[in-house]
Amino acid sequence: MAARGAKSGRIDETIFRVGTGAFGVLLIVIVIAIGIELLRQSQLSIKQFGWHFWLTDTWDPVAGEFGARPFIWGTLYSSVLALLLSTPIALGIAIYISELSPDWLRRPLMFLTELLAAVPSIVYGLWGIFVLVPLVRQFEVNTPEWLRGVPLFTGPPLGVGMLSAALILAVMVIPFTSSIAREVLRAVPQAQREAAYALGATRWEAIRMALFYARTGIIGAVMLGFGRALGETMAVTMLIGNNPQITWSLYAPQYTMAAVIANEFTEATNDLYLNALVEIGLVLFAITLVINVISRTLIWSMNRPARPKTARTAVVREAA
Amino acid sequence: MRDAVRRWISHAITGLCVAAVLLALVPLGFVLFYVVQQGISSLNVGFFTHMPAPVGESGGGMANAIVGSLMVTGLGALFAIPIGVMGGIYAAEYAGTRLASAVRFSADTLNGVPSIVIGVFVYGVAVLPFRHFSAFAGGLALGIMMIPLIMRTTEELLLLVPSTLREGALALGATRGRAVFTVVVPAALPGIITGILLALARIAGETAPLLFTALNNRFWSTNPTQPISTLTVQIFTYAVAPYEDWHRQAWAGALVLVSIVLLCSLLARVATARMEKLQRGS
Repeated sequence: MAARGAKSGRIDETIFRVGTGAFGVLLIVIVIAIGIELLRQSQLSIKQFGWHFWLTDTWDPVAGEFGARPFIWGTLYSSVLALLLSTPIALGIAIYISELSPDWLRRPLMFLTELLAAVPSIVYGLWGIFVLVPLVRQFEVNTPEWLRGVPLFTGPPLGVGMLSAALILAVMVIPFTSSIAREVLRAVPQAQREAAYALGATRWEAIRMALFYARTGIIGAVMLGFGRALGETMAVTMLIGNNPQITWSLYAPQYTMAAVIANEFTEATNDLYLNALVEIGLVLFAITLVINVISRTLIWSMNRPARPKTARTAVVREAA
Repeated sequence: MRDAVRRWISHAITGLCVAAVLLALVPLGFVLFYVVQQGISSLNVGFFTHMPAPVGESGGGMANAIVGSLMVTGLGALFAIPIGVMGGIYAAEYAGTRLASAVRFSADTLNGVPSIVIGVFVYGVAVLPFRHFSAFAGGLALGIMMIPLIMRTTEELLLLVPSTLREGALALGATRGRAVFTVVVPAALPGIITGILLALARIAGETAPLLFTALNNRFWSTNPTQPISTLTVQIFTYAVAPYEDWHRQAWAGALVLVSIVLLCSLLARVATARMEKLQRGS
C-alpha cells in the first residue's frame, strides 16, 4: 500500500515536472523561432546582396537598391547620444535613491521613476512632435554663434532630426538604467561603506567605494539601457525625420533600423523589399541579443554573492 | 585644508545627485501636464461612443479603437498567462536545474527583444500564412511580449512563499503538484495577479508590434480574424497626419491610454503594499 502510494507519487511528480516544464520549453522555443523565422524571411535579400547590403548607402526601393548602412548609423548614433545624456542622470538618481535619500522619500521617488518607464512610447512620440520639436527648432534657429562652427550644430533648423530623437530616447532610457543601477548598489554589502567611513571617508568617498565595488553591475545596467535605446521604435520614428543619410549633424533628419521597419513594412510592394526590411530586423535582433546577454551576465555576476549559498543548495537538493 | 576640499566635493556631488533626480522629473511632469491639458480639452463622451470621423468632419471618436485595444490586449493575456505562470512555476520549483536556468535566460532575452522585431516575427508566422492581418496576430505579438514579464514575477513571488508552507503540505502526504497548486500558488496569488496587471499596463501602450499584425480598421470590428483598430495605432496615425482635428483626437487618445496605464500601475502598487503588510504581519 505504502509502496503503491510512493509510486503514484512519483508519477504525479513526473506529470507535474513535465507539465510545467513544457511551458518553460515553449518559451525557449519562441526565442529560437524568432531567430529562425527572421533568417528564413530574409533569405532573398541575404542571397542577393550579401555583405554589400550593410556597406552601401543608397536606399531606393523603387529602383531595387537596398543599402542599409545609414540605418545602422542612425541607430548607433542616436543610441550613443541617448546614452551619453542619460547615464549621468540615471546614475545620479540611482545613487540618490540608494545612498542619500531619506527613507520616507525613497518609495515615492522609485514610483516616479517607474512612471517615467510606464508612459507609453507613442505618448512620448506625440509629446515630442507637438512640444519637444518646436522647442528644439527654436534652439536650432537661435544657435549661438560660437556653436555654429562645430559640425554637430549645422544644418537647416527643422526641429525633427537627430537631436530631438536623442533627447526623447534619453528620457525613455533613464528609468531602465537607474532602476538596475539602484538594485546593483543595494547589493553592495553595507560593510564596504562602513569600512570606508571608519577610515575617515566623506560621504562621496564612501559612495565611490560602493560604486567601485558595483562597477560590473553598473556597466551592465548602462548596457541594458543601450539595448533598450537600440530597439526603441515609435517615439524615434516620430521625431528623427526619417531620412537615410550618414552625417554627424544633430540637426539633420536621419533614420534608424527600427523606424524604417515601422514606416515601410506595410508599404513593401515586392518580396525583395520585404526581405530587406526583415534582414534589418534580423540584425537588430542579433545586436540587441548580444548586448542583452552581456549585460545580464554582468548584472548576474554582481548579484550572485548576495544570495546565500545554503539556500541554493537546499533548493537543488529538493529538486533532485 | 584638504579635508575642507574633500567635504566640499562630497557636498557638490550630493547636490548633483539631487539635480539629476529633479532633471528626470521635469520631462515626466512636462509630458503628463501636456497630455492632461490637451487631452481634457479634446475629450468628450463622443470620444468613447462614436466612430472615427472622415477627414474634414469634426467630432467623431475612437469607440472601435478602444474596443479593439481591449480585444487585442485580452487575446494577448489569454495566450501569455498560462505560459507565463506555468513556466514561472517550473523555474521556481526546479530552480537549480539547467533547464530552469535556460528558461530564465530565455525570458530575459525575450524581454530585451525590441517590440518591432516581435512584430516582424508575428507577421511571418501569423499574417503571411493566412494572407491577411488580424486581431489574432496582434494578440499573439502582445502575448509574446507579456510572457517573460509574467514568468519572472511568478517565479520571484513563488520563491518568496515561506518553505514551511510547502513542507507542511508535503508532510501531510500531498504530492508536489498538489502542494504547489493548492498551497504555494494560492499564497502567492495576489502577487502574481499584480504581476499580470503590470504586464497588461506595459502591453496596453505598445504600438510597434501592432503596426503590421493587427494593422488598423476604419470600421467597427470584433472579428478576431480581421484587421482591427487599436488605440495606440490610431494615435500614431492621427499624430503624424496634418489635420488639426486629428491631432486633438490623438491627444484625447493619449489621455485615455495614460490613464489606463497609470491606473493599472497604481492598483498594482496598492496590491503589493498590502501584500507586504500581510507578510510582515504573519
